[in-house]
Amino acid sequence: MKCEELLAMLNDYVDGDIAPGICEEFEKHLAGCNPCQVVVDNIRKTITLYKEGQPYELPAPFRERLHDALRKKWKAKHGSQDEC
Amino acid sequence: MTQPSDSELVHRAKAGDLAAFEALTNRYERQIYSLVLHIVRHQQDAEDVTQQAFLSALENLDGFREEASFATWLRRIATYAALKIIRKRRGLDTLSLEAATEPQEGYETIPHPEYIADWRQSPDILVRQNETRKLLDEALSQLDEKHRLVFLLRDVEGLSIKETAEAMALSEANVKVRLLRARLQLRERLTQTLGDPSRQVEPHRHDQSLTFGSDTAE
Repeated sequence: MKCEELLAMLNDYVDGDIAPGICEEFEKHLAGCNPCQVVVDNIRKTITLYKEGQPYELPAPFRERLHDALRKKWKAKHGSQDEC
Repeated sequence: MTQPSDSELVHRAKAGDLAAFEALTNRYERQIYSLVLHIVRHQQDAEDVTQQAFLSALENLDGFREEASFATWLRRIATYAALKIIRKRRGLDTLSLEAATEPQEGYETIPHPEYIADWRQSPDILVRQNETRKLLDEALSQLDEKHRLVFLLRDVEGLSIKETAEAMALSEANVKVRLLRARLQLRERLTQTLGDPSRQVEPHRHDQSLTFGSDTAE
């Protein structure tokens, strides 16, 4: 397997969605190719960072508006007995 | 005291407990808002879509059969609402997010990795730093919308390739090639900043005819 072939299969490998025979070839290439190892590792870390990145805070006025709208809708749906 | 689980809160909310639904909202509002903001890239639209998603979750809570987690269900609602805004912006009322003239991307044009280096720090340390968020946003904003959306749906939201293809009315093959391009472009940008220059590796010349990098023998 060549680096370019590995590149085309990178997603399937990173996502664990690769046929066993191909996976073996992929890993054989990786074992002898440090740049490809680093690229695979970089990609995994890139995905992790985006997946686990800190979320934004809601702007305070919007948060208030959102919760007001939810309470209003809740009351319309359930009647006023749920009012706290 | 331990926090009640999502599923416990969902049951209480279904039974009519507003405080339980508010607790779920408090738990997920930032995550949903961030996801939507990354998709629509406009604060007012992000606020509208976020509110719409929570209202829709409230309205449809009785029909939520809990086959997926509450978080997954909510993210799906928000994503579809966000994609709807994008379609509206483009003036398309069809399902497809593509112009008919959009050429199919192939693997031949995928750029090879250029800057290859181990990162200086691990993701669990990086993720807590404010500069990292800035870098992530900046790198994401440099992607074309078609690549950004596929990356967000697949890798951030966790949709499968098939689900991403359905949500965007694309073929699975097209989703895959876009995802690869997005991941590689983000890797390149992030590694330029987060990579350790002392651990940079040159493209490997294990195959003289096809190698990474600019010195590819044609």
